[in-house]
Amino acid sequence: MSDIALDKPLDSFDQQVAPATLVRGYWQSVFYRLRHDPVTLFFAAIVMLIVLAAIFAPLVAPFDPYKESVISRLKPFGWKDYLLGSDELGRDMLSRLIYGGRVSLLMGIVPVLIASLVGGLLGVVGGFVGGRVNTVIMRAMDVFYAFPSVLLAVAVAGAMGGGMGNGMLALTLVFIPPMCRVAETATTQVRALDYIEAARATGAGTILVIRYHVLGNVLGPVFIYASSLVSVSILLASGLSFLGLGVRPPTADWGLMLSTLRQSIYVVPFVCALPGAAIFVTSISFNLVSDGLRAAMDVRM
Amino acid sequence: MIFYILRRILYAIPIAFGVSVVCFSLVYIAPGDPLQTVMPPDATAETIEIVKHAYGFDKPIPIQYLIWLGHVLTGNFGMSISTRRPVILEVTDALANTSLLALFAVPLSFSIGYAMGAIAGCFPGRWLDRLVTGTAVVGVSLPNYWLGIVLVVFFAVQLALLPATGMGPSGSTNFHILEWSCAKYLVLPVFTLAMIPIGILARTTRAAVAEVRSQDFVQTLRAKGLSEWAVIRHVLKNSLPQVMAVMGLQFGYLLGGSILVETVFTWPGSGFLLSKAIINRDVPVLQGTILTLSLIFVATNLVVDLLQSLVDPRIRRA
Repeated sequence: MSDIALDKPLDSFDQQVAPATLVRGYWQSVFYRLRHDPVTLFFAAIVMLIVLAAIFAPLVAPFDPYKESVISRLKPFGWKDYLLGSDELGRDMLSRLIYGGRVSLLMGIVPVLIASLVGGLLGVVGGFVGGRVNTVIMRAMDVFYAFPSVLLAVAVAGAMGGGMGNGMLALTLVFIPPMCRVAETATTQVRALDYIEAARATGAGTILVIRYHVLGNVLGPVFIYASSLVSVSILLASGLSFLGLGVRPPTADWGLMLSTLRQSIYVVPFVCALPGAAIFVTSISFNLVSDGLRAAMDVRM
Repeated sequence: MIFYILRRILYAIPIAFGVSVVCFSLVYIAPGDPLQTVMPPDATAETIEIVKHAYGFDKPIPIQYLIWLGHVLTGNFGMSISTRRPVILEVTDALANTSLLALFAVPLSFSIGYAMGAIAGCFPGRWLDRLVTGTAVVGVSLPNYWLGIVLVVFFAVQLALLPATGMGPSGSTNFHILEWSCAKYLVLPVFTLAMIPIGILARTTRAAVAEVRSQDFVQTLRAKGLSEWAVIRHVLKNSLPQVMAVMGLQFGYLLGGSILVETVFTWPGSGFLLSKAIINRDVPVLQGTILTLSLIFVATNLVVDLLQSLVDPRIRRA
């Protein structure tokens, strides 16, 4: 971890006078690096925009996303006041895309949060206790690793009969094993270090050691890995909706919209491609923000 | 080496066992009674008992599992609820069609992805690296089923160059790869399918190559006076085990995870079979397909591990 500002060119005068005195803390240098990373900042702004639009959907959306109209079915961009056209039931696309972000973001983020909590906890306990407990936990995780992730999500959600809750449960199940492995690896590495031994020697109990000495080293990798999973989760979640395993119609959801508009690609091809574009933009933004955070926080995995 | 192979095979057995337990339990996490679909709605309590007994559902669950395992090991996956055909036939037919896609998608994506990653890793920070990293991020974040739809819009609807969906007029029975009238149905699905592995492989290879390049031995090689090409050869060879692990995962994805792409192109493969099984609530087919695909995935990972140890002898000792 570079605490000294090596990454800033020493061109301004005051720095040339006394370069050695400028020492930053860890978070200060993280923010410094983030501030000078235009790509990450740009995509972070897009993420913020999408999240805010989803939260304040009723205020932002120009029309009611559920109001159907027979005469305005499948209209192209800019037809009347419909900025982005309308869907197969004559509903405003822009409003549906804004509302659709609610479900898609929720299904993308909640499973990752729960999986980080459960998987992280299992990994830290397994890695810290070690021995037989760790073997049992990690072998159980290996079984779930034996399924390709899309397949496991589809299998669980499909067997349980779809629906938003089941979809999120399936995704959580998919993300727990890799999360657990990341936490376990980080914990095992820290556990072998001398200062843990030293903390033990001073009489610190297990909980205290985990709380103060292990978690600090595990949270970084877990956070970065979780942030990279959000993009995967959004893709998988909309894939489940696309297969009919997510929310039920008429709820607005990008994956479901893409699936129902598929039949109309011969009528208004570009309108039908919009929900997929929304998924793509959201996914790539989360991906690049995660990459930027990883670089700024200097986490190695 | 022999010991390593044996140990690795022994290690795969409990994993396969665990996979079978998960697949078996799929029937039980399904809502409602597993017999709901075969039972007439007005069945009396007596008939329910008889049917339950006939299907073995009155026995304790571990016994049921062992009976099921016995059937599976002898190739009996049960009957499809929707088509009344044996599940094993449905799965093998579908798997043959999926393999056809994989046959082209695997070499395509592995060679392009690896080449992109290797080039980017060897010239970090240059414009070529930026280009590759950018393309790779797009590939990773792209919903491939959407890409499929967009490609259909362009190449099938607007340009009318390639067929939109299906496997050709004669179906899978008379599919000849060498004839363009059949082979043209492969183009869009194969390309769509290859997109994600290209992105993931390019990213992994780039990271692996960059990491190996920062190790001390590379400096030593240069100090010894090796040409840059010889150094790159050493770097690539050392980054190979890491890349192979990801290739194994992606191979499994191409066989099993193609469910969305096959649904978009109505390609009658294992993924399409799965999505049909979900729509029809055909749990035996769902279970059979997932079990088969996961076992293939376990076997692939085993082969990859053994290949890795051939490339890097250090792995054998670990």
